[in-house]
Amino acid sequence: MIINLRVWRQANAQSAGKMVSYRVEGVSEDMSFLEMLDLLNEDLTVKGEEPIAFDHDCREGICGMCGIVINGAAHGRANSPVPTTTCQLHMRSFADGATIDVEPWRAGAFPVIKDLVVDRTAFDRIIQAGGFISINAGSAPEAHSVPAPKIQADRAFDAATCIGCGACVAACPNGSGMLFTAAKITHLAMLPQGQPERYSRVKTMVAQHDADGFGGCTNIGECAAVCPKQIPLDTISALNRDLMKSLFKKDGK
Amino acid sequence: MAITGLIMVGFLLMHMYGNLKVFLGADAFNHYAHWLKGDILYPLVPSGWFIWIFRLVMLASIVAHIWSAAVLTGRAHAARSTKYVTTKRLSQTYAARTMRWGGVILLVGLIFHLLQFTTQTVQTGFTAGAEPYEMTVGAFGNWWLVLLYAVWVGIVCSHVRHGVWSALTTLGANTSPAARSFLNGLAWVIAVVLFVGFMIMPLAVLFGWVN
Repeated sequence: MIINLRVWRQANAQSAGKMVSYRVEGVSEDMSFLEMLDLLNEDLTVKGEEPIAFDHDCREGICGMCGIVINGAAHGRANSPVPTTTCQLHMRSFADGATIDVEPWRAGAFPVIKDLVVDRTAFDRIIQAGGFISINAGSAPEAHSVPAPKIQADRAFDAATCIGCGACVAACPNGSGMLFTAAKITHLAMLPQGQPERYSRVKTMVAQHDADGFGGCTNIGECAAVCPKQIPLDTISALNRDLMKSLFKKDGK
Repeated sequence: MAITGLIMVGFLLMHMYGNLKVFLGADAFNHYAHWLKGDILYPLVPSGWFIWIFRLVMLASIVAHIWSAAVLTGRAHAARSTKYVTTKRLSQTYAARTMRWGGVILLVGLIFHLLQFTTQTVQTGFTAGAEPYEMTVGAFGNWWLVLLYAVWVGIVCSHVRHGVWSALTTLGANTSPAARSFLNGLAWVIAVVLFVGFMIMPLAVLFGWVN
């Protein structure tokens, strides 16, 4: 396969970036999108040019490290019914000779570090603001000592599959990080261990989300459409319910 | 945003219902119109006060709604200061995408609507001091005005279609994928009912069924 790429090149956070065209030859349809970029980078390195910087780690779709906007869709899922991360998107999804636009996540809270790499520490700050349980963990207790209803446990697990890749923010026309925040809130709010800090957590996490410069949610639904882990849009309603209840809770905040 | 929006959707449904009174004849319609400005809630509030309390609530809703929209828009622009070269839309609706400019357009339409039928500053097919029935029939005898209203009501209903879903979701009603479908369906039903309900009356006047 021959693939024509238009890639966002930006030397560092301070410099202005632009789209640069590349032609990649000898692409196999079994390559992942990142392997195709590896191929291009080998070429660029041989030519003495700066290779394209992009984030990646496990390449198994479970770590949340990779993530680029491909042809305008976060992770490049486009119209495929299968949710995927960039590393699990294969070149067979594209036609031979296709021209593909590749851009980094674009969000005020995710400044570009270089080329396709963005700084996602804003997500870490949201977690630090309350996405945890304050207990002395000690050794693992007997699992049956804290009963959790099956339906709620399932919902918590579903929400906990969020890998924090940031596709929701990248896809949101408002640049909002609500799906990420809502997944973390729902994950902890559904479990017995999350109850003591449930309502203070939602306040501090949403406050940190807003302080980091993410936009507000207007229920458009683009986030859930690109989420590789299929975090449902209804987690945002769950967050809103907790946030409203928190206004009537005395929790020292 | 959600609460003020729902207040205004409630008003729209009531307004639509009131308009349909035109089919009961001139006396019924005029009587209803005068009652709105008359002794509703009397003697709980002095006669004629209800309309002003009502207008105050509507004005407060509109101001709060626009203020929230402006804050959200400002935050959204700051959060996406560099635009994408290519954007692929996956699940957004036309209604959701046009909430902001659509909202501005419908506000302009609303100002025209009030200048026309409330203050009678803009007179289209009627003279100042005309009775409500006479005013309605006079105005909607003009085909271009009916067309203009059809477009405007269409924009309003598009706003309502995303607005109802979004407001109820913000207030926590989207509890599952089934609830998501239901809320979107409900928003569609309200939008379509409003469009049909609002457009029947001007069309009936235009085609001479009401005169």
